[in-house]
Amino acid sequence: MRDETTDEKAPGTDAPRYRPEGIDDAFAEGGAGAEGGGPRAASGSSASSRPAAPALGLVGTLRWTWRQLTSMRVALMLLMLLAVAAVPGSVLPQRPQDPAAVLRYLQDNPTAGEWLDRLGFFDVYASVWFSAIYLLLFVSLVGCILPRTRAHLQALRSRPPRTPRRFDRFPAQGNAVTDATPDEVAAAAQAHLRGRLRWLPTFRVETGTEAAAPAAGRRAARPAARTVAAERGYVRESGNLLFHLSLLGLLVAVALGQLLHYRGQAIVTEDRGFANAVVDYDTFENGAWFRPSSLVPFSMTLDRFEAEFATDAVAFAQSRDFTAFVTVRDPDGATHEETIKVNHPLLAGGAKIYLQGNGYAPEVTVRDAEGEVAFSGRVPFLPEDTMYTSQGVIKVPDVSPGLDQIGLVGSFLPTAELSADGTTASSVYPQPINPLLVLEVYRGDLGLDEGLPQNVYRLDTEDLEASVDADGERVKLLVAPGETVDLPDGLGTLTFESVPRYVALDLRHDPSLTWVLVSALGALGGLAVSLFTPRRRVWVRAWREHVPPTRPVRGPTAVGRASGPSSPSPGSPAATTRASRARWTRFSPRSRA
Amino acid sequence: MTVAELSQDLVWAAATALTVALVAFAIDLARLAGRRDEDRAIAPTAGRSAAPAAERTEALVAAGPASGGATTSTAAGGVDAGAAGSADGPAPVSRKAANIGISLTWLGTALLLAAIVTRGVAAGRTPWANMYEFTLVGSFVALAVFLVVSLRRDVRFLGSFVTGLAVLFLVVAQNAFFVAATGVQPALQNYWLVIHVGVAILATGVFTVAFVTSVLQLLRDSRDGGSAVLGARGWRWLDTTPRPVQLEALSFRLNAVAFVLWTFTIIGGAIWAEDAWGRYWGWDPKEVWSFVVWIVYAAYLHARTTRGWSGRRAAYFVLVGYACVLFNFTGVNLLFTGKHSYSGLEPGD
Repeated sequence: MRDETTDEKAPGTDAPRYRPEGIDDAFAEGGAGAEGGGPRAASGSSASSRPAAPALGLVGTLRWTWRQLTSMRVALMLLMLLAVAAVPGSVLPQRPQDPAAVLRYLQDNPTAGEWLDRLGFFDVYASVWFSAIYLLLFVSLVGCILPRTRAHLQALRSRPPRTPRRFDRFPAQGNAVTDATPDEVAAAAQAHLRGRLRWLPTFRVETGTEAAAPAAGRRAARPAARTVAAERGYVRESGNLLFHLSLLGLLVAVALGQLLHYRGQAIVTEDRGFANAVVDYDTFENGAWFRPSSLVPFSMTLDRFEAEFATDAVAFAQSRDFTAFVTVRDPDGATHEETIKVNHPLLAGGAKIYLQGNGYAPEVTVRDAEGEVAFSGRVPFLPEDTMYTSQGVIKVPDVSPGLDQIGLVGSFLPTAELSADGTTASSVYPQPINPLLVLEVYRGDLGLDEGLPQNVYRLDTEDLEASVDADGERVKLLVAPGETVDLPDGLGTLTFESVPRYVALDLRHDPSLTWVLVSALGALGGLAVSLFTPRRRVWVRAWREHVPPTRPVRGPTAVGRASGPSSPSPGSPAATTRASRARWTRFSPRSRA
Repeated sequence: MTVAELSQDLVWAAATALTVALVAFAIDLARLAGRRDEDRAIAPTAGRSAAPAAERTEALVAAGPASGGATTSTAAGGVDAGAAGSADGPAPVSRKAANIGISLTWLGTALLLAAIVTRGVAAGRTPWANMYEFTLVGSFVALAVFLVVSLRRDVRFLGSFVTGLAVLFLVVAQNAFFVAATGVQPALQNYWLVIHVGVAILATGVFTVAFVTSVLQLLRDSRDGGSAVLGARGWRWLDTTPRPVQLEALSFRLNAVAFVLWTFTIIGGAIWAEDAWGRYWGWDPKEVWSFVVWIVYAAYLHARTTRGWSGRRAAYFVLVGYACVLFNFTGVNLLFTGKHSYSGLEPGD
C-alpha cells in the first residue's frame, strides 16, 4: 500500500505515475486522511488539465487519448450512450425480427423511413454506431482491467498495511484493559482474525513489534508494543476483474457463435419429413465460417401433431399444449421416436430442433378444364388469430397448354360457423371440428415463369382476373373435406382431400453456446463476489501499562472500558502491573467496483 | 365466493391496511418534524450533534476483548446512528404512530401474501405469469424487503413511501391490469417461469425500495444544501431522515443486491429463451429494455466510484434506472408487441 502512495508522485518530478483508475485506497500512511481525496484529486486533475499543453507530441497525444478512453468518466458516458442507442431498436421495427413490419413502416413513412434506413435504424444492433459504442466500451474495459489486473496481482502478494501510529482518524475504534500480556493479546487477535479454517483465513494477518520511543518534540513517549495488522477482502477486486473479463469472454463467444452458427426453417406436414441438408430447408442462414459439409445428414418424419386448447370460459381457445411426435433417422440408419414441444427442443445431429409454429395444410387437388390434374398437394395456411383462421394461397400454374393459370386465395377455418345470411364464415375454435375452405378464384398469368422469387403466401392479383357471379360479386367457394366443387367460369374442379396439420420447425446449431453460458455465469459470480465481499482492515496495538487501582478488575479476563479524550491518562502509579492496554481500530476502505 | 374472488378481496384488504399504515407513517414523520422544531428552539445544535455522539457510543460499546471487539461490532455510522440521533434529543419522541404503521404493514403484507397464494390456487400454477400477478408479487417483495430491513435497522422513515407506492401499484393492478385467473400457454409452461420471473420480481421489489431511498437522499441533500423550495416548512420532515451519506449507503446496498438479481434475471431469461424461442438473445423489446436497465444500473455503480460523480449525481442514475424498470414493465408490455406479451391484456387497452 505504501508503494502505491509513493507511486503518486515520483520525487523530483511533478508527473504523476500512472495508476489504474478505480483502485482507490483511502488509507495511506501519513496521507491526507480517511477521505483520501487529496492525492487522487491532484493526480486526476493534473491528468485532465495536461492536454491543454500544446507540446504534447504524437506519443503524448496517443497516450492522452488512451488515458481518456480508459478513464471511468468516458466509460460512464459510453455506458449511457449504449443505453440510449439501444432504445430505438425497441421502438422501430427491426429487420432481423420482423422484416414485414419494416416494409410496412417504409411504405407509411417514405421520407423519414428512407433516412432512418440509411442510418441503420431498422437494424440497430448491427448498425455502425451501435457497434462503435460497444466496441469502444470494450476497448475502454480492456484498457481499464489490464493495469488493474497487474496491480491486483501485486496486491494479492502484499501484506496488510502497517499499523498506523494514531487510530484517531478511523471511524470505529475502541480499547480495553486485560490481564493478558501484549504477546497473548496479539496471538489471540491473530487467531481470531484468521478464523477457524486454516486453509481459508478470513483475514490476512501480520503481527509486529514496536520498540519504545522517547518523547520527541510534540510527540509523546511511546511504550514498546505488539501490533496486529489484518486485512480482508482481496477477492473483491478478484471478483471485479472476473466480472469484466467474463464480459469480454461473452463478447468473443457471441461473436464466434455468429460466425459458426446456422439456422434452418422448414415446414413439415404430418407423415412427411425432411432431411438435414441446406436445400431441404425453406429458409437457411449461416455464419461466415459455416461449412455445409458440417451438417449431420439425419432425416426426420412428422408422425403426428397434437394440440390442446382451453375450453373454459375464462381463457377459451387459449393454447395449452403442443406436441410434435417425430421419428428421427440417424446417419447410420437407426431410427428412434421423439417428441418436440415448446420449451423442449429436440437434440439431433448436434443441433436443436424447435417447435416454432403450427397450423393446417389442406390437401387439395385441382383439375383444369380438360380434366387433367393441374395441382395436387398440401398448402400450408398461416394462422392469423387464436381461432386459427388461416390465410393461404393455392397457385396452379401447370394447367394444360392454352388455358389460363389459376390462383386461389382465401382462408381456412378449422371450426367454421356461417353467418345467418350464409355469406360470411368465421372460425370459432382452433381444433378441426368443422373444417372449411373459403376461396376466391383468379385466372391469368401468375408470373411464376419470370424466374423472380415469389412469396408463396401471397398472390399478386394485379394482372389477374377475378371470377365474379351474376351480381358482380366475387365468387366464394366453400369447400369441406371430401367435397369436390366446380371452379367458376368453367376453369375446372377443386377437391378438398384432407386436413393434415403442419409444424414450423426451426433447426439451430451454435457451437459457442457453452462458452456464452460459462462467460455469463462467470460475470454473475464475479459481480456477486465484487459487490458482496466486505473489505476490512483491523489494527490492534497492545502494550503494558500501569492501570490506576481505582478500576475494578473483574475476573481474569478483560474489562472493556471507554477511551476518548476523557479517559484517565496512563502513568499514574498502579497496584496492578500485570495489565496490558490494547487499542484496536478497524476501517473499511472505500472500495471501487 | 370462489377462490379467485377471495384473492381479489384480499388484495383490497391489503391495500386498505397499507393505506392506514401510510397514514400512520405520515403522522409519525410529522410528529418527528414538529419535535425537531421544538428541539431547535431550545438548543439550536442539539439535533445535529446528536448523531456523532451516537456513533461514538456504539464504537465504545463494542470494545470488548481487543481481538473480539474488532470483528463483532457492526459498521459505525450505519443508518441506526442517524435515526437514533433524532430519538436521542432532550426527551425521546413517541414513535407510536410509526410502530402502528409497521404493524399494519405486516398485516397488509400478510394479506397480500394470502391474496397471491389464493390466486395461485385459483389459477392452478405459479401466481406470477401476467402483469396483474407480477404487480401483486412485486409490491409484496418491496414491502417484504422494507420489513426485513426494518428488523435489523430503523428504516421507519421509509414506511410512508414504500406503503404509498405499494398501494398505488395495487390499485393500478386491480383497475388496469386485472385478468381472470387461468392457465398459461405452452411457452410459459416451464420451471423457468418460477425462477426467471420470480427473480425479476424480487429485483424489481428491491429496486423500488432503493429508489425511494435515493429520492429521499436527493431531497434531504437539497434541503441541507439550502434549497429554497425544500427549505420550506412543509419539508421539515426531511430532517428526521438519516443524513444523505447514510441514505446513499443504504440505497447502494439495495441496488447492489437488485443489480445482481437483475443480472441473474437476464441470464435466466436467456437460458429459457434458448429453449423456448430457439435463441438466447433476440433484441425483443423486453430484452432491449432489460438490457437498458442493466446498463443504467451498471453506469450507476461506476458513477458511484468516479470522482465528481458520487453522491448526488450517482443518485440521479438510480432515478433514471428505476424509470427504465417501470417502463420495461408497463410501457413495453402495453405499447410494444414482442415475444414477452404476457400481460393478458389486448394492446391498446
